[in-house]
Amino acid sequence: MNIFDVIGPVMIGPSSSHTAGAVRLGKLALAILGEPVREAVIGLHGSFAKTYKGHGTDLALAAGIQGWTTDDARIPKSFEAVHKAGITISFKTINLGDLAHPNSVKFWLTGINGNTCKVTGSSIGGGRVFINNIDDFPVEFSGEFPAILTMHNDRPGAIALVTSILSSHGVNVAQMRVFRKQKGGLAVMIVETDQPVDDAEVEVISQLPHIESVRRIQLG
Amino acid sequence: MDEKLSLQEWIGLAEQKNMSFGEFCVDLQARELEIEQEELLGRMEAILEVMEQSIESGLSGIKSMGGLVGGNGKLVDNYRREQPRESIVGHVMSKAIMIALAVGEANASMGRIVAAPTAGASGTLPAVLFSLAEARGCSRSELAKALVVAGAIGMVIASRATLSGAAGGCQAECGSAGAMAAGAAVELYGGSPDQVGQAAAMTLKNMMGLVCDPVAGLVEVPCVKRNVGAAAGAMVAAEMALAGIKSVIPVDEVIDAMAAVGHVMSCSLKETAQGGIAVSPTGLAWAKKIFVSS
Repeated sequence: MNIFDVIGPVMIGPSSSHTAGAVRLGKLALAILGEPVREAVIGLHGSFAKTYKGHGTDLALAAGIQGWTTDDARIPKSFEAVHKAGITISFKTINLGDLAHPNSVKFWLTGINGNTCKVTGSSIGGGRVFINNIDDFPVEFSGEFPAILTMHNDRPGAIALVTSILSSHGVNVAQMRVFRKQKGGLAVMIVETDQPVDDAEVEVISQLPHIESVRRIQLG
Repeated sequence: MDEKLSLQEWIGLAEQKNMSFGEFCVDLQARELEIEQEELLGRMEAILEVMEQSIESGLSGIKSMGGLVGGNGKLVDNYRREQPRESIVGHVMSKAIMIALAVGEANASMGRIVAAPTAGASGTLPAVLFSLAEARGCSRSELAKALVVAGAIGMVIASRATLSGAAGGCQAECGSAGAMAAGAAVELYGGSPDQVGQAAAMTLKNMMGLVCDPVAGLVEVPCVKRNVGAAAGAMVAAEMALAGIKSVIPVDEVIDAMAAVGHVMSCSLKETAQGGIAVSPTGLAWAKKIFVSS
């Protein structure tokens, strides 16, 4: 957390958690999908579900999945842009259970190239957000740092290969987490870095053995 | 997870180094962010500009999303001009009232504001800063430095407690904004680092237990007027601190108490619109009206 999380963000109101946080969650979901959205089903949980109309949460989520920033003056009219872009969007109330943060959302996204993803995240206050689940992998990712997300086969050395590419390009790892659903199966790795990872590095990583996919996630 | 921040520790360090709290915070935060102090202050000055624009926008007579607020900032603006001698609170605080209302109303109308610390509490800090800046003749860079003090206080509260109404009630949003503003006010008036902490503590204590009970679940009623209450609370606490009054309970402990109170608060009083005035007959009637017609 830095001081500009407290003094800031500059945003379209009315709510840092229900509006600005929602924009950021949408943006992160878009980045996780890795391509423009064609269809979005968005489930709202808890306080998000009860108060979304009045906070413009739905408008904000629609803005976020189009990659807009929290202070984009078009946010009150984001549905019009969604329709113009040919994106199908729908909202529903969901129950993520008692342990979920009261401001949580689950995205089911389909991209223009057919990619899909499921992303669950929470807006924890002051515009800060956390992604808790990607495609049924539990994760803990704030979007505060640039990050790369890889899906890889859980084999010895898979992680070391990725981190050695990063270190050889002078990219320092701030935080990293690895999750797997079962031993030897598919695993997900989120590496948060001090410096942004560039196209060349992403390309090299994507060519590594055991790496199924890699994408860059950045809240611009 | 990060270790908890301590406002008392920072205050102690500032006093040890014979720095104003503002100087200390600017130095510390610039180093944390790995930027020059000028850049930090420059970014804060840009934020001050957005705050000023939001005041203007709020005073221009907008109406909120739910239709519950809009125009009160303008009422105070007119009252100040037309009846300058009628002010109960005096010229400086009446300006703070006007600004808190204006920014709160801009926020509720999906206008562009600075969440400091949150959008719901976005009126408090500008209200205190700009009203005092005029009274004191502060420069832009002094205001920027005061914003850094406010930010530092907010970081400690975020670390030890919460800044979110959904997690801690309005004591966590407007209460925190008030504590931040109180510290900033003391800094603007040349108070000591210790006095900054005292002002923050006293503000929070006066907002302890404040619930989040928004009518129709919007950020309109009572939110906009709560920003006024928080600004006023900040100003009286700053005055007490500058007079040498100390909070009996030290500020870190007050923040921890606020966190604990937030934990035991019923969910119905934490931004779910299921308690307080949100479920008053009029509040419920508004909720029905707004959501049926949307």
